[in-house]
Amino acid sequence: MSILVNKNTRLLVQGITGRDGSFHAGKMKEYGTNVVGGVSPGKGGQNVDGIPVFNTVEEAVKTTGANTSIIFVPAPLAADAILEASEAGIELVVAISEGVPTLDMVKVMPYLKKNGTKLIGSNCPGLITPGEALVGILPGNIFMKGNVGLMSRSGTLTYEMVNQLTTNGLGQSTCVGIGGDPVAGLYYQELLQMFEDDPETDAIVLIGEIGGDAEERAAQYIKEHITKPVVAFIAGQSAPPGKRMGHAGAIISSGSGTAEEKIAAFESVGVPVAYRPVEIPELVKKMLKIN
Amino acid sequence: MKIHEYQSKEIFSRYSIPVTREVVCYSADEVCAATKKLGLPVVVKAQVLTGGRGKAGGVKLARTLDAAREAANQILGMDIKGYTVEKVLVAQGVKFNSEFYVGLTIDRNTKSVILMASREGGVEIEEVAKDNPDAILKFPIDPDLGMTPFLARKIAFALFSDFSLVKQAADLFQKLYKIFLDTDASLVEINPLVLTEEGKLLALDGKMNFDDNALFRQKEINALLEPTEDEIKEIDAKEKGLTYIRLDGSIGCMVNGAGLAMATMDLIKLFGGSPANFLDIGGSSNPQKVIDAMNLLLSDKNVKVVMINIFGGITRCDDVARGLVTALKQMKIDIPIVVRLAGTNSKEGLEILKELNLPEVNTMSDAAKMAISLCS
Repeated sequence: MSILVNKNTRLLVQGITGRDGSFHAGKMKEYGTNVVGGVSPGKGGQNVDGIPVFNTVEEAVKTTGANTSIIFVPAPLAADAILEASEAGIELVVAISEGVPTLDMVKVMPYLKKNGTKLIGSNCPGLITPGEALVGILPGNIFMKGNVGLMSRSGTLTYEMVNQLTTNGLGQSTCVGIGGDPVAGLYYQELLQMFEDDPETDAIVLIGEIGGDAEERAAQYIKEHITKPVVAFIAGQSAPPGKRMGHAGAIISSGSGTAEEKIAAFESVGVPVAYRPVEIPELVKKMLKIN
Repeated sequence: MKIHEYQSKEIFSRYSIPVTREVVCYSADEVCAATKKLGLPVVVKAQVLTGGRGKAGGVKLARTLDAAREAANQILGMDIKGYTVEKVLVAQGVKFNSEFYVGLTIDRNTKSVILMASREGGVEIEEVAKDNPDAILKFPIDPDLGMTPFLARKIAFALFSDFSLVKQAADLFQKLYKIFLDTDASLVEINPLVLTEEGKLLALDGKMNFDDNALFRQKEINALLEPTEDEIKEIDAKEKGLTYIRLDGSIGCMVNGAGLAMATMDLIKLFGGSPANFLDIGGSSNPQKVIDAMNLLLSDKNVKVVMINIFGGITRCDDVARGLVTALKQMKIDIPIVVRLAGTNSKEGLEILKELNLPEVNTMSDAAKMAISLCS
C-alpha cells in the first residue's frame, strides 16, 4: 500500500527540458519510477533521456495516461503549471519550484479543491515510497522499505532523519516533504490520516519547524484521530524571533510559532519529541516495542 | 519586506483611504516647519522598520512648537531595537471617540487572505490575541469571490451599528483588500483606525509587509527597500544563492538546507555552544558557492570555529569538498574548521578533504561537540 505514490504512479515531469527538470527526470527514472512523459511548451516531439516531451499537459495525459505530475518550472510560472495539471485531470501534483508568490498559491487552491486534485508543495523536495516510486529530488539511496511513515517541512533535515532510521534498521512506507511555504497543499492533518489508514504504516515521524501553528493543529488532530504511534522533531529551537530562517514559513512572529510551544503541544497529547536527530530511531523503536 | 508607516499611508491615500495630514521630516527644523503648516497639536513619530516604537518612547504628542522641537530632538537619532531613527513623521493631532483594529494577512489554515477586525484598537493586537482572543473577529476571503460588498458589509456590521459608518467601513475593507492583492502584501494593517469627533473613519497609523517571493513583479514596492547593514549582507548572500542571517555566537555554520541548518544551530546550542549565524548554501553543487560562503562566514570577526554540515542530496559532497579546498588555498584561514559530510558522494568528498588534515567527525553530534571544544 503506502500512500500517494507507488508502482501504479505514472509520472509526468512539467519543465522537463530545464536544467533541474531533465536532471531529476533521469534520477527518478533510474530509481524505478514510471516516468511516462514530460511537458515543455514549444518542445513537443523531443525526448529527454528517452522520455517523450509534449507541449501541453492535456496532450501528455491523453497519450500516456499520466496520473501524477511533478513541477520544476520557474517560480513565476508555477501556479499556471499547477492549474494546467489539475485541469488535465492529474490526481496528484508535486510542486518543487521554490519562491512561488504566496498569492499565486492562494488563487490556485479553490480550483484544486473543485477538481479534487491533491497538491504537495510548492517549495518542497517531493516524496518517495521506497522501492516503488520516487517523485521528487530526494536522494533515493538513503531510503529503505519498511513501516515508518514520515512527513517533514524540510528537505535535507529529512535526509538526516531518514538516514538515522535506515541505519538503525527502520525502513519507511512513504516519506513526504510537504514544503516550507506559508500556503501549501497537503499538510500534516491530511497526511496523518493517510498514514493512519495505510496498513503498511505502523509508526509516524513528524518533522516540523518554527513558524505558524500547523504543528499545534497536528497535535490536536493526533489526539482526536490518530491511533498509531507518532514521534516528532522541531527544528529552530535556537532561532531568534523575527528572522526568516530560509523557509518562508520559518519565522517566529510576535512570540508565537516558537519551538517551545510546538514541543509542549506534542508532549501534551503524548507524542514524544526528539531534541536531537539521533533520538528519533530510539523513540520509534520504543513506540513500536522493538529492541 | 517591510516599509515605513508614512509609505504605507501614502499607498492608502492613493486608494482614497482617509489618513492623517502629515509630513516626513529629517531634522528638528523640518519638524517645526511641518508643525506650523499642520497646526497644533501634532504627533511626532519615529519611522523605523520595527515594532514597539511607542514603548521605546518613539511617539510623542506636542501641544506647542517648542514641544515639537524637543520631541524631534529626542526621537531623531534614537535607537529602537537596533534601528537608528533617521526620520520622523509629523502628523496632525486628531480628536477621536473610539479606536479599532483592522488587518489583512495570509491565513495558512484556510489558505486564503483573512481580514481581522477588532473593537480593541490602539493596543498591540498580539496582546489582544493573547488576553482576549474572542475580541478579534476573523473573516477568510474566498479567493474566487474576493471582498464582495456583502462580506464587507457583514464585517462592518460586526463593528458598527450606525449605517453611515457601516458604509464607510465596508468601502474601506474593499479598498484594503484591493491594496493587498495589487501589492502582493503579506500584511496590511491599520491600528488604530479611529472614529473622529466629526464621525469619519481615519487611518491614524498604517503598516504594510510584502511577500519577498513576489517582489520581482512589484518594482515600485521593491524600490522602497531600505536594508540595514546586516540586511545588505543578507541580500548580497541571496544573490550568490546563499541564505545568511547573522547571530551573536562564535561558531560559524555552513549547512545545506534551511531545516538542517536550524537543526545544526539547535544542536550547537543544546551542547552549550553558540552559533554565529544561520547559513544555508542551498541545493546546488557549485564549488564557488562554498568559497562565497566561507568569505561570508569569516567576515564576521566573532567567528572562532567554522562548522560545515552537509547532507548531500542534489548537493554533492565531493563538490563541496573541492570548493572548500580551493577556498582554503585562496584564503588565509587561521581558525579551526570542522566538516561533516554525509549522503551523495560523501566518501569521495572525505577523500578530497584528507589533504587538509581536518579533525575526523562522523555525525552531526560529533561535529557540534568538536566545534564547541575547539572554540574554548
